[in-house]
Amino acid sequence: MIKDFVNGSDLLSLCHKEEKKIWEVMIEREIYISGKSKDEIMEYMWGNLKIMKNAIEKGLQEDIKSVSGLVGGDAKRLRTYYETKKTLSGEQMNKAVASAMAVLEVNASMGQIVAAPTAGSSGILPGVLISAGQDFGFDDEVIVQGLFTAAAVGYIITRNATVAGAEGGCQAETGAAAAMAAAGLVEMMGGTPEQALHGAAMTIKNILGLVCDPIAGLVEAPCVKRNAIGAANAYISADMALAGIQSIIPFDEVVDAMYKVGQSIPCSLRETALGGLAATPTGKKIYEKVFGSKEQK
Amino acid sequence: MQVKNYSVFDIIGPRMIGPSSSHTAGAARLGKVARKIGGKGILEVTFILYGSFAQTYKGHGTDRALVAGVLGMDPNDENLSNSMEIAQKDGLKYEFVLSEDETAHPNTVKIITRNEEGQQSEIVGASIGGGNIMVTEINGLAVEFTGEYPTIIIRHLDKPGVVADVTHIMDEFQINIAFMKVFRQRKGEDAFMIIETDNDVPKAVLEGIRNLADEILHVYLVEGL
Repeated sequence: MIKDFVNGSDLLSLCHKEEKKIWEVMIEREIYISGKSKDEIMEYMWGNLKIMKNAIEKGLQEDIKSVSGLVGGDAKRLRTYYETKKTLSGEQMNKAVASAMAVLEVNASMGQIVAAPTAGSSGILPGVLISAGQDFGFDDEVIVQGLFTAAAVGYIITRNATVAGAEGGCQAETGAAAAMAAAGLVEMMGGTPEQALHGAAMTIKNILGLVCDPIAGLVEAPCVKRNAIGAANAYISADMALAGIQSIIPFDEVVDAMYKVGQSIPCSLRETALGGLAATPTGKKIYEKVFGSKEQK
Repeated sequence: MQVKNYSVFDIIGPRMIGPSSSHTAGAARLGKVARKIGGKGILEVTFILYGSFAQTYKGHGTDRALVAGVLGMDPNDENLSNSMEIAQKDGLKYEFVLSEDETAHPNTVKIITRNEEGQQSEIVGASIGGGNIMVTEINGLAVEFTGEYPTIIIRHLDKPGVVADVTHIMDEFQINIAFMKVFRQRKGEDAFMIIETDNDVPKAVLEGIRNLADEILHVYLVEGL
């Protein structure tokens, strides 16, 4: 019976000892800590997958407008583009990216989503796992397994570092989501637990230091596009891991480095909307348009 | 500090209506607590917004989420964004007041309700991140609970034996108490017992507590996350 694990190396030794994948270990851990049956846990995750799929569908097909009017419609725009033209990064990649954007646009328009791990980063994981599942003809069961793999990575980051933009910047928030997605992809594609964590580690390394500077403090811009790049990052890192490329710095140390970098990011660049893109002349103008001319505190 | 035992659904979850877990989901949960405390048939509600809530409520749909909560909706209710229209149809009057007063937490709201019996109730609470909330005041009395667990709130007179009677009922129904706090204004006067439990709380428990003694004035239940 698997009990708990606290970091990546713990998780890998459990996988070895039990000869199990990360997703299997994560389900057994959940049974242990929640006292719930496997059926109950699986059913709830299937429910989450359904909400994720609906959000993608809505964002790709419908004309979305956010509460402030700042974002919406770009997921659909990208879908029309990859469906009708030969694209630079290919249809598979564009589909994953557009799907991630779709969820964030639905979120910004007060639609239903599943935080993964947060609302502001909720597009990456479903966008990547669901579009890969479609491209490779996987059953939904495999996608659900991928969600558990991803959750294990998200749990380790939450426990040992942070997934909150206010605490660790965007690297912590969309970075965690993309790392989760990369690990999920690797196991869905038949990769080993080690490869999954190499994928997650490379993903975080690729965006280490990314600041959180939402325009007017809203979960809209640049969040939608950072979910786009998060999806692409997950794809590329998962491909590297599946090719046998390893992260030179182990996953646990990367998570620790990310946490320390987050602590040294100034407060103005951690979700306060006081720096970065939020503090540009255009960013300030948008703030005034949405909230009136009152000076931003 | 004790490490929280994160569930897989703390990571992939909660299910919610966007855009912000703190400004939208947490706001809906605070509204729902106010509904519980306000009693049956709430006709009027005033929201006093502080800090970041006051500054950015429009862009995050905090206003709609608060009204939705008072209407009894959960943070993942798909009708949440139509709450204003639903309130109008149901005859719930609402009003927003922006305050510049400093509060301990930036996302704080005071919710004052008036029900069909003319009874006025109020709560103060904050949305503290990730959809989590902290209720800090009920009807002017300082309290503290997060709503993370099923929470029984008992308003009672501060008399010896009341706490023992209540815990006895919890024992009868095999409900494990995770945290329990007692708050009072002055000796012998109004007091609150806040009991956070590990198990869902059946109606019979609430009925049992209600019928314990005349010292028990009100019993409310706030379901967990």
